[in-house]
Amino acid sequence: MTPVWLFLAQRLTALILAPLVIAHLAMILIVADGGLTAAEILDRTRGSVGWGLFYGTFVLAAAIHGPIGLRNVIQEHTPWRGRSLDAAMLVLGGLLVTLGGRAVVAVVGQP
Amino acid sequence: MGEPGGARETLTVEVWRGGEAGRFETYDVPQGANQTVLDVVTWIQRHAEPALAYRFACRVGVCGSCAMTVNGRPRWTCRTHVSRVARGRRLRIEPLRNLPRIKDLAVDMTPFFEKWQRAQGRFTPTRTRAEPMAVVRPESAPRRAADAGIECINCGVCHAACDVVGWDPDYLGPASLNRAWTLVNDVRDGDRHGVLKAASAGGGCHSCHTHGSCVEHCPVGINPTAGIAGLKRQSLLDLVGGGLP
Repeated sequence: MTPVWLFLAQRLTALILAPLVIAHLAMILIVADGGLTAAEILDRTRGSVGWGLFYGTFVLAAAIHGPIGLRNVIQEHTPWRGRSLDAAMLVLGGLLVTLGGRAVVAVVGQP
Repeated sequence: MGEPGGARETLTVEVWRGGEAGRFETYDVPQGANQTVLDVVTWIQRHAEPALAYRFACRVGVCGSCAMTVNGRPRWTCRTHVSRVARGRRLRIEPLRNLPRIKDLAVDMTPFFEKWQRAQGRFTPTRTRAEPMAVVRPESAPRRAADAGIECINCGVCHAACDVVGWDPDYLGPASLNRAWTLVNDVRDGDRHGVLKAASAGGGCHSCHTHGSCVEHCPVGINPTAGIAGLKRQSLLDLVGGGLP
């Protein structure tokens, strides 16, 4: 993938992530303040297509955005370059999708 | 500044001696009216340290060869007045950052100019001298964009000021990318796509953090950050098919 594509992917995912992160943080504050229990939260999220889309998009965008940014940081501050770095970042992206996907399934999936 | 009628004041000047390994040596230099930092370095070489190595040519801000680090900031020394930069009559003069040191105040500019070549910062002609001159409207948008960056004197000040150049040895740097931007906007250039491709490859325009240090330090008032932003924009437009004609 060329640097232009990586640049575009990182900017587009940043655009997606910005409102999602704000909504996510706002929800944490509202839920903590409102005193909802874990069971009450899961009652609302399980089987919900909307929450599935919300957090599914969040996970995918973060899995693309994070490794591209980390790759830039590594290239700027260490001599690590080339295919091994690209492969490591792909693994990281895969890991984020896997772990994030598990969390999404746990929150929106039916028990 | 010297006091009227008083004894002649002196400057305390620390100058880097040696290559990558070295030390500062201190010289007392008579202060004069309208004295430039290059005047100070020249005084030291002629009166105190004949072996001092430094580089200059025109002395009037055209050739771009006398840039050094003065009190921590990269500057063109021939147009930098001591009165503007001395702190308590003290100067600390070092070679430019981000380039290999050769000796004393002279750096090796080879990596700087190699990056110009990597960014394809060279004009590709499309006409021979037998053909009529190309007509370029000065008020056209591409020409205005090219004109904004065309007066670069290759002094290396922006290269030394750029943090990303210091972090990432692959980064092309503001000067070569500014040059690439002028060529991308030069309708006479025969390989504008090639220039854009070279400038947006790994270590190219997308590595810029938009810190703006190049703009802050450029002695001739160029805004390389704007040119680099233009390259980013143009590379994205090219990607979606709305790029260069």
